[in-house]
Amino acid sequence: MSQLIYNPFDMEVHPPRLSPDYKSTILRAPTKPLVLLKQSLAELSGPVFGDFNLGEFDHDLTKNSIKNGEPLGERIVVHGTVFNENGQPIPHTLIEIWQANSCGRYVHKVDQHDAPLDPNFLGAGRCMTDENGNYKFYTIKPGAYPWGNHYNAWRPNHIHFSLFGANITNRLVTQMYFPGDPLLQHDPIFLAVPPKGRDLLISRFDLEATEPDFALGYRFDFVLRGHNATPFEKI
Amino acid sequence: MSNNMYKQTPSQTVGPYFAYGLTSEQYLYDFKSLANNELVSIDDDSITIRGRVFDGEGNVIPDAMLEIWDNQNNLFGRFGTGTEKDKGFVFKTKKPQSIAGNAPCLSVILFMRGQLIHSYTRIYFSDEVTNATDEVLNQIDNDRRRTLIAQKKDNYYLFDIHMQGDSETVFFDI
Repeated sequence: MSQLIYNPFDMEVHPPRLSPDYKSTILRAPTKPLVLLKQSLAELSGPVFGDFNLGEFDHDLTKNSIKNGEPLGERIVVHGTVFNENGQPIPHTLIEIWQANSCGRYVHKVDQHDAPLDPNFLGAGRCMTDENGNYKFYTIKPGAYPWGNHYNAWRPNHIHFSLFGANITNRLVTQMYFPGDPLLQHDPIFLAVPPKGRDLLISRFDLEATEPDFALGYRFDFVLRGHNATPFEKI
Repeated sequence: MSNNMYKQTPSQTVGPYFAYGLTSEQYLYDFKSLANNELVSIDDDSITIRGRVFDGEGNVIPDAMLEIWDNQNNLFGRFGTGTEKDKGFVFKTKKPQSIAGNAPCLSVILFMRGQLIHSYTRIYFSDEVTNATDEVLNQIDNDRRRTLIAQKKDNYYLFDIHMQGDSETVFFDI
């Protein structure tokens, strides 16, 4: 009898739960060892959103909140492929994104940063990967913004991503960064990722995906925890 | 074994500003929500689960997000802890069945600012006799097992989550 086994989180690339330079982890990271759970049907299943009715412009943040004009800032295309660890593309999986506007201001009511809101930009979107695991968003390049972690702390430009994959062990929430951002080397959230994992969070400029006279292209691929291809014998 | 050419994409925190993207309708943003906290229509069979999330100093965390997954009934819900008066969460769903002597439970995925990777836990129910024979509950020390069991109140179940401290909730490596 064989059983599907999901690879654990690869802690060579994932950040540790406690990372004191990112101060909010100090009181919020679990301190006791995690309890290893034998994966059952509960873990080997997850929500599917095939019947979720995506809006026409859900994937296009330059259009999905227009009130009286175009959003301000640099238009970009962000695209890529979602893979499992065996390199197989993951089709029809839902991706959600949210981000600051071009001035570094989030629509969220809690964000008090004194930079202008853009009436034509919400900063939220979603799409489904196609049959080959590919996705594409149109958006505005987010600005850097200050935060209270330490003196003169600024987050690098980033887009938040949320992915589901095939089951709840695949769940991933992460942030995509931009190449050459000088703030990366000062950001404790990015630097919490071990050196081996950091490049995996930086998109690359993609001239082929760049649309003439319209938008710069960036490519960002995902790799979700994937099952071990070799079934094992239950003793 | 995993292919090293395809390293997992590292996790990053959900941060403090997820509400308009992930829980938009709950927080009154003009964007259709993917999921909300009413997994079933409210009728005689539905149950309510409430709770709060506490940090290591016992402060209520007002910017966490919970997802719950019921694989038996194929139900998924999502709620942020920023809109209830007590900065807690509330879900309306139905209780799964006991299967093969194991107790009914719901899977929970927990996200928040200050968590670089999400946490997994489970919600069991205090009024289930099968808790005594449940394989997962039985592998956990007695004094921590209670952190996984929602307590039955008059018309809801109470499930508080403690990130740290003596009452630290059991989180799973799945």
